[in-house]
Amino acid sequence: MKRYSAFAIAREAARYHTGWERAWRSPEPKTHYDVIIIGAGGHGLATAYYLGKNHGIRNVAIIEKGWLGGGNTGRNTTIIRSNYLQDPSAAIYEKSRSLYETLSQDLNYNIMFSPRGLIMLAQTHHEVRGYQRTAYANALQGVKTEFISPARVKQLVPIMDISGPRYPVLGGLYQARGGTARHDAVAWGYARACSDMGMDVLQKTEVTAVRSEGGTVTGVETSRGIIGCKKLSIVVAGHSGHVAEMAGFRLPIESVALQALVSEPIKPCMDVVVMANTVHGYMSQSDKGEMVIGGGTDGYNNYTQRGSFHHIEETVRALIETFPMISRLKMLRQWGGIVDITGDRSPILSKTPLGNCFINAGWGTGGFKAIPGSGWAMAELVAKGEPGPLAAAFGLDRFREGRFIDESVAAGVAH
Amino acid sequence: MLLLNCPCCGVDADETELAAGGEAHLKRETVGAEDEAFEAYLFMRDNPRGVHFERWRHAYGCGKWFLAARDTVTLEVFGTYPAQTKKPPKAIENALKKKRPDWKGWA
Repeated sequence: MKRYSAFAIAREAARYHTGWERAWRSPEPKTHYDVIIIGAGGHGLATAYYLGKNHGIRNVAIIEKGWLGGGNTGRNTTIIRSNYLQDPSAAIYEKSRSLYETLSQDLNYNIMFSPRGLIMLAQTHHEVRGYQRTAYANALQGVKTEFISPARVKQLVPIMDISGPRYPVLGGLYQARGGTARHDAVAWGYARACSDMGMDVLQKTEVTAVRSEGGTVTGVETSRGIIGCKKLSIVVAGHSGHVAEMAGFRLPIESVALQALVSEPIKPCMDVVVMANTVHGYMSQSDKGEMVIGGGTDGYNNYTQRGSFHHIEETVRALIETFPMISRLKMLRQWGGIVDITGDRSPILSKTPLGNCFINAGWGTGGFKAIPGSGWAMAELVAKGEPGPLAAAFGLDRFREGRFIDESVAAGVAH
Repeated sequence: MLLLNCPCCGVDADETELAAGGEAHLKRETVGAEDEAFEAYLFMRDNPRGVHFERWRHAYGCGKWFLAARDTVTLEVFGTYPAQTKKPPKAIENALKKKRPDWKGWA
């Protein structure tokens, strides 16, 4: 792999950009791999990358039914934060956020990490108490956050109306090193690095069945033939239930559509990410100038990647109250992704009832921010067969044992 | 916009009038059940990509619960029926078999 650098740009400029090579190979599948990862989204690719980098396992295939990063990785609102209440969540999300800080350098691929700061608005007295509690918990966890006053919120986000009639801003939980990154670039950067380590990224290859012998996985049947493996990792987000059924077990997961939209591009007006959980809306401004807006999920199981229109209306209605200046903006695009919601709204990184088969799922509405940390923890689980400290609390058995990681109640709805 | 016919009051209700209640026909466990049984009742879900039997409440209408058979990919509704049933009615099962030949059938 040729490294990207300022020198490389100068070199290619001098020869009409004829020397750039493909970022990753598109090989034919081998008959057998040490590890097969189903799903070439951010989490699957990050799992592969850290399997190679941290554990020296490089005979790996990442199998993707569509195109690379074409699911939720390319559909989210790119928010990165780690201001969670519960210790296991804070640990894995903060690991993830800290890996994002140097990910461009690690991958030699500009993922455009932008730690522009993130505010979660407190718009009810309940939220004020909740976020103050989170700020204290974060201080104990070593996650740098602070609870800030309405005046400070206004200073950071001048376009915000902090004295709205229904939900005035009473404060905010501020994480100065939260922010955004370029979502596609995260998938592309990991894929390029994985390909460089000799791993095979197999796009347009759909898994149709999981093969096992004596309760242990032996391979998968795909649209491009049977591929054997020693270990299998299922990292397919919204489609976890579908793939788990092939592998012969059920999950505490339901899939729903989550929507997002962007406005037409406007001049820079907001350089922090704002989340308003009481009214189900969050907004940031992309580098292109679009206001990137996300809202709540649909209320019922579905796989439509589209979402109900009235949810978008509710989100926009709420945001207009907080940001009056966006009321005349036109919507440019709207889309949906299928998110996997677990019983306690926290993810699953776990062994499964099938031997040597592992699952990483349930990131629900907040998977993008977790990509590097999730990959790091999942790679350890797959390589060693047992979860490390980051993944230990996220086992499937917690639903039977009643050992929940209840961020849904703790952190509001949006993740 | 999803439209469901409420079998209790007969109204064709928009999804904004309804509240989704998740998978239908779960076996409700109670005191004395094993942990596995409770886990299955409280958390484990089929979550199919395709035919789904589910509970709905006509929240902003008659207020009653009812059940529906719906495709989670196309959102096609195959029919609704009263909540006081142990399994989908024969008519819905027959309609499903005709429209979805690969449907694995009622478990």
